[in-house]
Amino acid sequence: MAGVKTDSGTITYREAVAEGIAREMRRDPTVICLGEDIGPAGGVFKTTAGLFEEFGPQRIWDTPISEQAIVGAAMGAAMTGIRPVAEIMFSDFLACCWDYLANEIPKVRYMTGGQVTVPLVIRTANGGGLGFGAQHSQAVENWALAIPGLKIVAPSTPADVIGLMASAIRSDDPVVFFEHKGLFASKGPRPPEGHHVELGRAAVVREGTDVTLLALASTVHTALAAADRLAEDGISAEVVDLRCLIPMDLTTVLASVAKTSRLVTVEENPYQAGWGATVVSVVVDEGFHLLDAPVRRVASANVPLPFADALENEVMPTADKVVAAVRSVANF
Amino acid sequence: MTTADLAAAAPTDRAEHHYELLRQMLRIRRFEERCVQLYSATKIRGFLHLYIGEEAVAAGAMAALTPADAIVSTYREHGHALARGIAMHSVMAEMYGKATGCSRGRGGSMHLFDAATRFYGGNAIVGGGLPLAVGLALADQMADRPVVTACFFGDGAVAEGEFHECLNLAALWHLPVLFCCENNLYAMGTRIDRAHAVTNLAARAAAYGLSAVDVDGMDVLAVETQTRAAAEFVRAGHGPYFLEFRTYRYRAHSMYDPDRYREKAEIAQWQQHDPIDALVRRMRGDAELDDDALARLDAEIAAEIDAAVQAAEEAPLEPIEDLTRFVYAESRSHDG
Repeated sequence: MAGVKTDSGTITYREAVAEGIAREMRRDPTVICLGEDIGPAGGVFKTTAGLFEEFGPQRIWDTPISEQAIVGAAMGAAMTGIRPVAEIMFSDFLACCWDYLANEIPKVRYMTGGQVTVPLVIRTANGGGLGFGAQHSQAVENWALAIPGLKIVAPSTPADVIGLMASAIRSDDPVVFFEHKGLFASKGPRPPEGHHVELGRAAVVREGTDVTLLALASTVHTALAAADRLAEDGISAEVVDLRCLIPMDLTTVLASVAKTSRLVTVEENPYQAGWGATVVSVVVDEGFHLLDAPVRRVASANVPLPFADALENEVMPTADKVVAAVRSVANF
Repeated sequence: MTTADLAAAAPTDRAEHHYELLRQMLRIRRFEERCVQLYSATKIRGFLHLYIGEEAVAAGAMAALTPADAIVSTYREHGHALARGIAMHSVMAEMYGKATGCSRGRGGSMHLFDAATRFYGGNAIVGGGLPLAVGLALADQMADRPVVTACFFGDGAVAEGEFHECLNLAALWHLPVLFCCENNLYAMGTRIDRAHAVTNLAARAAAYGLSAVDVDGMDVLAVETQTRAAAEFVRAGHGPYFLEFRTYRYRAHSMYDPDRYREKAEIAQWQQHDPIDALVRRMRGDAELDDDALARLDAEIAAEIDAAVQAAEEAPLEPIEDLTRFVYAESRSHDG
């Protein structure tokens, strides 16, 4: 049968996107997809490959290049109980339909006193490192963090893509689902049918005792690489994958900091107004007594992301930068 | 009632129907006149965008729609809400920001909303409702429901990007959207010929492949007839339809607008074609209305407004403890 591949064993992050959507579409006929090139083309990143063949044009809607219509129509359909999964091809293009993310979708439930909910997902390819230039490479998860009413998901592994996609689609609240472009080719175990990961549950992906590295999506892998290097120096780093920015699992963050007494955030969004600033403000507010050293934030530089490899690498967080940040606080 | 039914209606039925259209237009006008007083008395705060002069569009269009149809509106939506059938006391309480308001006081004048009558909101973003209408219609089309989504917006919205995205998409997908453009000639303080290179808005819509006509928006019977025909077209699965209602607002854009961009004479000229006066004249001419009946109608509406104001005055405020309610869903309707 044509459709989404269902081999057992391993799965790529890219395949996991289509698999995660397909699993929900099979169990819930109200789930539909809208977006540019998502149908026969299979998605510009092939993240929707097989969906059109399996579910057909009444559930997989190819749209014109009309971001406002895509996201606004998803909202309109969602108000009637449909569960749309709308794709905005690159997260940079969220700016083209920001009115719907900032003014319409997150507010309608509140402004109507709960008369309607908008159970929709906006999926988008986020992040840099691929030389796509300043308008196709940004990590913009912090944009969404400025808006009460949205939930924000950014998985780091194929299993989490599937598990969080299930929860995002089933959520009665609007979810912005950031898929990282740099992770599409990465592989991991294929989770069993029925796998889902609750929104707002961070994962301790490496245990440690000396410092907490708090990361999201691509930077989970950066932090893990840094943790390997730090182990060679005798520094035991705990790596926490935040998974979601809203709901934000501050309980797990504070518990980790209680253990390690040191915190370094590893963020791909720019340092200015990056998500780490929000986390750190809470840690300082509620967990100041837990800390033995200043908190460090490793984030992208406050510049538009440049094209040239050497420049782009300089802007983005790297394992080297994380190692340096940890060393700066290790013996404080 | 279909167009054919209306044409064949007995004189008494026709008189009753005209009386109902008159009643709706008068309810809207008198409601808003009272809102102006309440605004001056600081009972109503924030923005207040009056529909006075445009009542024929709401009254005529809503009369041509069914309860199953969906409505998407704008920030100038008091008339749409009342004509759609949202209880006046619920609308007035929302103007006051009271817990009994149709949006529990969280919306206000620009965000009247009533899921029960499929009134999917006022919307304070110009053009903001058009994509929502496309999505509502998509859901109806997928479920094979013979339902029309009537989307109201002004001439100002035609300049927004959503307008062009949505007309194209609705035409491309043959969606059951009835685009209802209320062309009142001014986008806030800018006259249409200073904002649009092509001021024939129906012609603009036709360029996207939509069936489109312009309608005398000061004639409630013309509005109703054209809306009924357009809704029948859409309901039959022929795709979207565009109605350009040529109308005029007598009052300023909002209570903050000193209204210095047009001549008083222009307003007076439009008032010569007042939709309420025109229908009253017509009904009197056809012996469908006399002084007593008109006086009874005025008294009935005044009483309805008095009751709505009193109820709003006495209504409770939404408790502060509920400030964070409704930001996120409280329970999951879907099984995990």
